[in-house]
Amino acid sequence: MSRHVAMLRVGPIAFRVGSAWKGPTDALRRLYAGYPVPAVPDFTVRLEPQKRWRRWIAPSVAIRGDYQFVGAAPLSLAHGLLAAEMGMNLQMALGLRRYLLLHASAVERDGRAVIMTGHSGAGKSTLAALLSERGWRFLGDEFVLVDLVTGQLRPFPRAVSLKNEAAAVMRAEGAGDRLLFSLDDTPKGRITYLRPDDAAIARMDETARPALILFPRFGDAQAVRLVGPAEVFVRLTQASTNYVTLGEPGFDALSALVRDLPARAIDYPDGDSAVALVERLWAELAR
Amino acid sequence: MTSATILVRALRDPASATALDAAGWTALLTVARAESLIGTLAHRLADIPLPPAVSPTLADARASAETVGRQALWEAEMARRALAPLGVPVILLKGTAFAAAGLDPSIGRSIGDLDILVPREAIDQVESALKAAGWEWVKDDAYDDAYYRRWMHELPPLIHKDRDRMIDVHHTILPMTARQTPDAGALVSASIALPDGLRILAPADMIVHAACHLFADGDLAGGLRNLWDVDRLLRQFGNDPGFWSTLAERAALHEMERSVHLAMRLSAHLYGTPILQGAPRLTLFERLIVRRIQARDGWGRAPHPFTRLGFYIRSHWLRMPPTMLARHLWTKLRKR
Repeated sequence: MSRHVAMLRVGPIAFRVGSAWKGPTDALRRLYAGYPVPAVPDFTVRLEPQKRWRRWIAPSVAIRGDYQFVGAAPLSLAHGLLAAEMGMNLQMALGLRRYLLLHASAVERDGRAVIMTGHSGAGKSTLAALLSERGWRFLGDEFVLVDLVTGQLRPFPRAVSLKNEAAAVMRAEGAGDRLLFSLDDTPKGRITYLRPDDAAIARMDETARPALILFPRFGDAQAVRLVGPAEVFVRLTQASTNYVTLGEPGFDALSALVRDLPARAIDYPDGDSAVALVERLWAELAR
Repeated sequence: MTSATILVRALRDPASATALDAAGWTALLTVARAESLIGTLAHRLADIPLPPAVSPTLADARASAETVGRQALWEAEMARRALAPLGVPVILLKGTAFAAAGLDPSIGRSIGDLDILVPREAIDQVESALKAAGWEWVKDDAYDDAYYRRWMHELPPLIHKDRDRMIDVHHTILPMTARQTPDAGALVSASIALPDGLRILAPADMIVHAACHLFADGDLAGGLRNLWDVDRLLRQFGNDPGFWSTLAERAALHEMERSVHLAMRLSAHLYGTPILQGAPRLTLFERLIVRRIQARDGWGRAPHPFTRLGFYIRSHWLRMPPTMLARHLWTKLRKR
């Protein structure tokens, strides 16, 4: 048995994380304090020494579990929390069949949601975190779960992983007391974990109806571009980790999003203009 | 009770699962996943009351197995189209064969690569036809490639460049270096045609192949699933007139009597296959095998490295003469 265990439920998915070291599971318990503790998990993650002797000497954390990549690179023990988070993401990406899974962030207002998806580093996490400080409910920054029967979104409010300067943006928003862990020199740069606000956690079982799709991109001058259905379809299939394995139900759920929702690509130079753009498009377009 | 025995008991007697607590369910689901038996388990438990935390996972597993079965049959159809012009018999093996013929082991079963058997004299034609249809070599290592071609019972694995699916093309069911020599020609000539022209092994030969796969080839990994196949096949065919005598004849013909006998005894011990009077009393060696096959803890780990290593060496020992084994292990060691 693993020496250290953390159990947590995020939205509809329950995890069991076992670790050979105390650090990663302690960090998880602190980051996810107040989340429901499940009795039977949907997925198991194991953080183990890459080789047996590496529990003690130059500890190297291998990410294993119900589903695993054979060639996945191990992380240093200092990045144990990242390993736990990556382990949970991996189970979702490789194992989840109940929902169409989109690599995207989402926020909600009045029961309706904006789905934001784009390449890694496009700013979808930061934008979702920013909007959740300005009147929106945070649904998730990593995965959007689309119910295959109803088409509703199930919130999956995991801790937000903020890259590099994004942590300073959130501190300026007054969310500093929820910035709990900062990991330097990870393969993705510096990662700071932001705990979602209390409303996002308390309402994690409240679904939302998708109303708008945005493809945000941070860095350029402010711009809005209409995205046609063919491009939306291709970009959503690329953003989905289980579209192919789901077969027909996945196709139906994904094409319903393409058919029913307006979609725009937005460029923005900073957070304020991004929020202003989202508000404007929401007022004009949201179904 | 170890975690793997919870799985064996739930497969054998689904009602036993109703007595599990949360920790028991957690172990059951984790081990079932690790042994690629979660879909099978999900179907076995379909009619018993399940805790709310468990039923979505098992529903997922059933849906997933259905997709896997459909994809496997599609892959078989792709191979059929590529090979049909050659006019050689193409025999599906293992999971895809069970699914194509609708046999009992296919219910909820996971299926990995597509395994086919073709006559040895047709192997070059088959290789060219598959390559022309988009399959490519996985291994670009000259030693491995030469080893496969000279000594193995199959071509080096091929993968399809668009669909990313693997095919193993066998010309017999044991490596050429093994002590036993199954009669590959007899496997082909006794095979049975399916409506679409693809073929499956005759029932008794399926049991022989499962036994080969479990004991003479490999380090017993996946043994629980393999023996579940054996159990389901024996239950399905056991009442056919003449089945048991045919099985004895075919096992003798393929020089696999010991392995078939062992597979039957272990399947009776684990899953209660109705083949003998009462449960068999296992020998020490058989108990060791049962221990190895069930060496899986509640976190999905296989925890007896010593037992595992022993069986790994044994599996190679069975496959190769000693001097060849030494040369093989030396080559592999230098490449690490």
